[in-house]
Amino acid sequence: MCGTCGCGGDSPVPTAGGVDVELHARVMAHNDHAAEHNRAHFREAGLTVINLMGSPGAGKTALLEATARARPAWRLAAVSGDLATDNDAARLARAGIPSRAITTGTVCHLDAEMLHHALHHWSPGDTEVLFVENVGNLVCPAIFDLGQAANVVCLSVTEGDDKPLKYPVMFREADLVVITKADLLPYLPGASLEGLRASLAQVMPEPRCIVTSAIGDDGTDEWLGWIDALCARTRGGES
Amino acid sequence: MHEYSVACALLDQIEAAARAHDATAVKVVHLALGAQCGVEAGLLTGAFELARAGTVAAEAELSIRPVPVRWVCPRCGGERPSGAPLVCPDDGTPARLEAGDELILERLEMEV
Repeated sequence: MCGTCGCGGDSPVPTAGGVDVELHARVMAHNDHAAEHNRAHFREAGLTVINLMGSPGAGKTALLEATARARPAWRLAAVSGDLATDNDAARLARAGIPSRAITTGTVCHLDAEMLHHALHHWSPGDTEVLFVENVGNLVCPAIFDLGQAANVVCLSVTEGDDKPLKYPVMFREADLVVITKADLLPYLPGASLEGLRASLAQVMPEPRCIVTSAIGDDGTDEWLGWIDALCARTRGGES
Repeated sequence: MHEYSVACALLDQIEAAARAHDATAVKVVHLALGAQCGVEAGLLTGAFELARAGTVAAEAELSIRPVPVRWVCPRCGGERPSGAPLVCPDDGTPARLEAGDELILERLEMEV
């Protein structure tokens, strides 16, 4: 049967010495199926899962550290993907977030089965919010659904105002963009929040961004409010 | 370089279809590839040529049909030009992606 709409459209058409088969199947169907399995499991467990993406060094780990500092009572957990080392997971554990590393070796992204496997071997207890800190990369993680409730992309002001135009797929998939390191703006003559916002508007029909600086905890309240609203939506079954 | 993972997923689907139709070989794999599907055609072709070895598609040609990106206003049907904000210039309605994010195995030509 046709993998797109179930229309039965794979009826083979005989050709000379062979057969032509219409399939119309999504190539990512296997990962998407595994992601739906994860999503159903997360919903059942009352767990809000946030897929946190961004360039290497964008400030993903620092954002999570700031989150734990601001809300020590929240029951957070994290899975961190990196090609090598468990440094980020260790940093998060020191910040009070129970964490596990997924060391991917040469693989540039996490996929739904990797996350499933990691969580099978580690249950973070009565967690409310699980952050999946994806491999630092603005290309590959964008197309692998993990079963998350939302995609968040960290974008530091040092990366250039036109970064969203260079990586449109990643930003198109984002439910929220967290602009990080905003305290550095006075030292970057070519960078501006207006420029970043104009770029986001060309790749996201409804851009939503929060401006933060983890050093001064600026913007953290707005970020925490966004997580709160997401958790309420997830528990309400909308996500 | 996630294209190798994508090529392996594609080959899994090709092999399943070949088994279902008792095919002895796959000759041509027809793929629709959106300009914003997150996969690069050249890299995918290279990855496919590596990953197909030893499979029923070992000699298969990968024929890629590129699909351009189309952002359209769901209210007035107007298309948003590249480089413009993705909202309707008349009333700010957010545009919708009508095409360009697909990665679809459309058709297989096989020997039986």
